[in-house]
Amino acid sequence: MNPVSVEPGVVPDLDRPRRRGGLLWDVVRKRKAAAVGAGMILVFLILAVFAPVLAPYGPRTQVGPVYGSPSSSHWLGLDDGGIDMVSLLFYGARVSMIVGAAAGLVATFIGGIIGITAGYAGGRTDGVLMRITDYFLVIPDLVLMIVIASIWGPALSHIILVIGILLWTGTARIIRSQVKSVRERAYVKRARSLGAGHFRIVFRHVLPQIAPLLIANVVLTVAIAIFDETALAFLGLSDPTAISWGSIIEHGFIRQAVTAGAWWAIVPPGICVALLIMGCYLLGQAIEDALNPRLKVAHLSIKTFRLRSLAGKGPEVS
Amino acid sequence: MAVRRTDYILKRILFAVMTVFVAITINFVLFRMMPGDAISNLSRVPHATPALRAELAKEFGLDKPMWQQYLIYLQQLVHLNMGVSWVEQQGQPVWQLLRNRLANTIPMAALGTSVAIVIGIASGVVSAWRRNSAADYVSTNVAIAFYAFPTQWLALMVLIIFAGVLPSYGMHDVFSMQMGRWQSYLDAFKHMLLPSLTFALTLFGEYTLIVRSSMLETLGEDYVLTARAKGLSSWGVVRGHATRNAMLPTTTLIALSLGYIVAGAILIEAVFSWPGIGMLTYSAVIHQDYPVLQGCFLVLTMSVIFFNLLADLLYVKLDPRINE
Repeated sequence: MNPVSVEPGVVPDLDRPRRRGGLLWDVVRKRKAAAVGAGMILVFLILAVFAPVLAPYGPRTQVGPVYGSPSSSHWLGLDDGGIDMVSLLFYGARVSMIVGAAAGLVATFIGGIIGITAGYAGGRTDGVLMRITDYFLVIPDLVLMIVIASIWGPALSHIILVIGILLWTGTARIIRSQVKSVRERAYVKRARSLGAGHFRIVFRHVLPQIAPLLIANVVLTVAIAIFDETALAFLGLSDPTAISWGSIIEHGFIRQAVTAGAWWAIVPPGICVALLIMGCYLLGQAIEDALNPRLKVAHLSIKTFRLRSLAGKGPEVS
Repeated sequence: MAVRRTDYILKRILFAVMTVFVAITINFVLFRMMPGDAISNLSRVPHATPALRAELAKEFGLDKPMWQQYLIYLQQLVHLNMGVSWVEQQGQPVWQLLRNRLANTIPMAALGTSVAIVIGIASGVVSAWRRNSAADYVSTNVAIAFYAFPTQWLALMVLIIFAGVLPSYGMHDVFSMQMGRWQSYLDAFKHMLLPSLTFALTLFGEYTLIVRSSMLETLGEDYVLTARAKGLSSWGVVRGHATRNAMLPTTTLIALSLGYIVAGAILIEAVFSWPGIGMLTYSAVIHQDYPVLQGCFLVLTMSVIFFNLLADLLYVKLDPRINE
């Protein structure tokens, strides 16, 4: 085999042609962590989609006393409005996952475009784009998100945009370094010498090669977006009428659930957030490991997944 | 050699200065793009006459072109004039507020971070040393779980569990008058424990993962094999050879994460009403106190940039290979 084709992070050219989704399916089938992660995400997805059918009560109907304790008819008790917590969690999964997915996609889209442009164009374009990326890497995302969200005012679309336009930096860097290596591969050069245009090369030859990495990135970015949504909701920057896991935690805090001894109004949404994030982490990390076995041992692997402290913004590693 | 090192340090300092500049510019532009016109927000008079509006615009320099406003903004910032708060104690200068609050945040965050570093290094080293064992499995999964819990949720959990045992609100006991100086310090320290504990819980998971993977990396190196071939005990290899080298990436990663503690501070201080810069940011968001919010953003961003620079410089100090 051509030695160029075994570069890390890129799907190896196999002798037999394979379907594009094949690699992802393989990962889920062969790696336990990926299967567990995908399963966790699937469960929450089902809960969110079928919330109206599965939830025992409405998300806004009072069915008992304020902060009623857990009982056989209300497994997780009631919140400060006498609303069933289980139903709230099911409906909350919808907003949390929609915000997470939309913001994750926006971020990956921006990061992908910047990464591909920088990696493919190289030279001065690369220099300028990566400089900008470096500045944004250093400025703390969550703090800037809080500032922008409080200027724009509370709304779900604002939250999605704010998270999306600030989470792209990691993606841009990873995609750029992959595109840089794909660009130098023999078949890309061949296509170029045959007269293929830049757009054709990027969409037909480069993009399919980095697609699995992009997908792994979407999954990991969605997890961070869900995490950030809870933080913004906690500061009252999300749509006050929307029910999300973040806003359930916020309501518990603001409306004195702790003083009332109503742990059930706060504990479950946090566990849901953590489980979903762990699911995304396991799946995304497994895809990345499959793409690049070297990452599994190197400390680089941590740098791709950051929630709060988000190390790895330091010396260039790739 | 020496030239290259100085070159690198200068480059990093220049980068930090540029980033500060970018942050200041973002701060200026963002608040100029606010919906609604600044005068109507400012005067808080719904039906002001055009004459009054013009007068206000003139007084605050809002009739000048944008670039001139920017220059004035920079000039005032150099003199630490960040305006006055719209809410806190009726027009207290923002800079004074920031300075006082920052002094409360630093010891609390420092205590939490130190605890997190100690736990993180211990559990990371053990799980790399005994990789694929039950201990590794438990500590890695606990680390990932604590990494995934929302910060504010962990703070609330700490509040629920320890609320009766330790003080959980503010910085001083409101009912105890006339405390001596040391009593007062002790009281503040007691109030500091819960927010610091939360800090430690939110951070140690990541530190564990960082230490574990950089340990695994060094354990695969040739010199570790050599040490083992020399007949050193397994723990001797881990302690004397692997851990020391693993501390190199770990130190810089931890130094980098120190800057990010600021985001956690906002959420944790909001829960415990710890009167630090995070609490100030929280109340500025709640009351839409924009001058304070602007100031908080600047201070928090500056501290991140500072820790980044510190990490870069530390890297030069720790890793002689940077010259090559």
